[in-house]
Amino acid sequence: MQIIQPHYHAIARTAQDYERMSMSGVVAVCEPAFWAGFDRRHPETFIDYFAQISEFEPTRAAEFGIRHFCWVAVNPKEAENVELTNEVLKQMPEFLDKPNCLGVGETGLHKSTANEIAALEAHVELAMKHDQLVLIHTPHLSDKAHGTKTVLEVLSGMNVNPDKIWIDHVEEETIEWVLDAGYWAGMTLYPVTKCSPRRAVDILEKYSTERLLVNSSADWGPSDPFTLQECIVEYRRRGHQVQEAVEIFHNNPCRFLGQNPKWDIKPIRITEE
Amino acid sequence: MLSPKQTLDTYFLEARRDLLEVAALLDRYDESVSREGHKAEDESKLESLREAMQLLAKPDHSKADRAKHLLAHFAKIN
Repeated sequence: MQIIQPHYHAIARTAQDYERMSMSGVVAVCEPAFWAGFDRRHPETFIDYFAQISEFEPTRAAEFGIRHFCWVAVNPKEAENVELTNEVLKQMPEFLDKPNCLGVGETGLHKSTANEIAALEAHVELAMKHDQLVLIHTPHLSDKAHGTKTVLEVLSGMNVNPDKIWIDHVEEETIEWVLDAGYWAGMTLYPVTKCSPRRAVDILEKYSTERLLVNSSADWGPSDPFTLQECIVEYRRRGHQVQEAVEIFHNNPCRFLGQNPKWDIKPIRITEE
Repeated sequence: MLSPKQTLDTYFLEARRDLLEVAALLDRYDESVSREGHKAEDESKLESLREAMQLLAKPDHSKADRAKHLLAHFAKIN
């Protein structure tokens, strides 16, 4: 089965991950800009990082037959540094023009501070000005519900096209808010701190599978790119057909990401001879 | 050996995850009952889980032997 990994932090992972993902059917990964585990101090560090994910990382993925796409943004954890955020925002349009860059992300909220909200608004404005897709991070654990509500409040006050916005890391308590507002919702499968493969399948069964994306968001922390494949196995073992799985784990990413013409992977349909 | 604080800090999130999985299983069962229009013929496994949670919810376990009691409890289920 062909699989798309819509949220994956490749720079934190090994070539062996690429190799194993390729063996498991992954044909493309998308790498949003994220927090490095420490607060970066210089805009130039971001510029080099954006170059890494827009120029170098595609070559690493290509060795294993995987397409690599990226997103650029200042992570909300670093938005408290207003000067740095504004300087990076000024230089982001250059990277939005890169052939593998799909949009602005992951922006969003962490602790929902005033500076984070201002940075989120600035990122969304930049994306709308350049007709880009937006990937929005919602907070972890106890901050999730409040942060997700705040994201939705911020967006409701802006002139945005919900079709072009993906709000990520939804769980049972937040998914309805996101879908009801017309946005795409992403479920991130983590071993401990986010959704699990089984709970994600429960959500897929409970809600329409339209406007839903599933990802592993594997990074440098406790995470595993193969939670996505675990989810597919769980989905299939509950009796869902291969084409239904293809719709969720391949075609839905194509439908959302394909709004950017740089994404040229098309939805597929399995037919019998 | 971990201090009381270290014990909670180290294992809280994993326990949270595991409890969410149990909650999701119970929701999954209810959704299934609603979809199919009938309960399982034998709900003893469900009852066993509910009894186990009651056992865990009791605050006083002076011998710190919840796991031992739980194993004995689950041993009643084939």
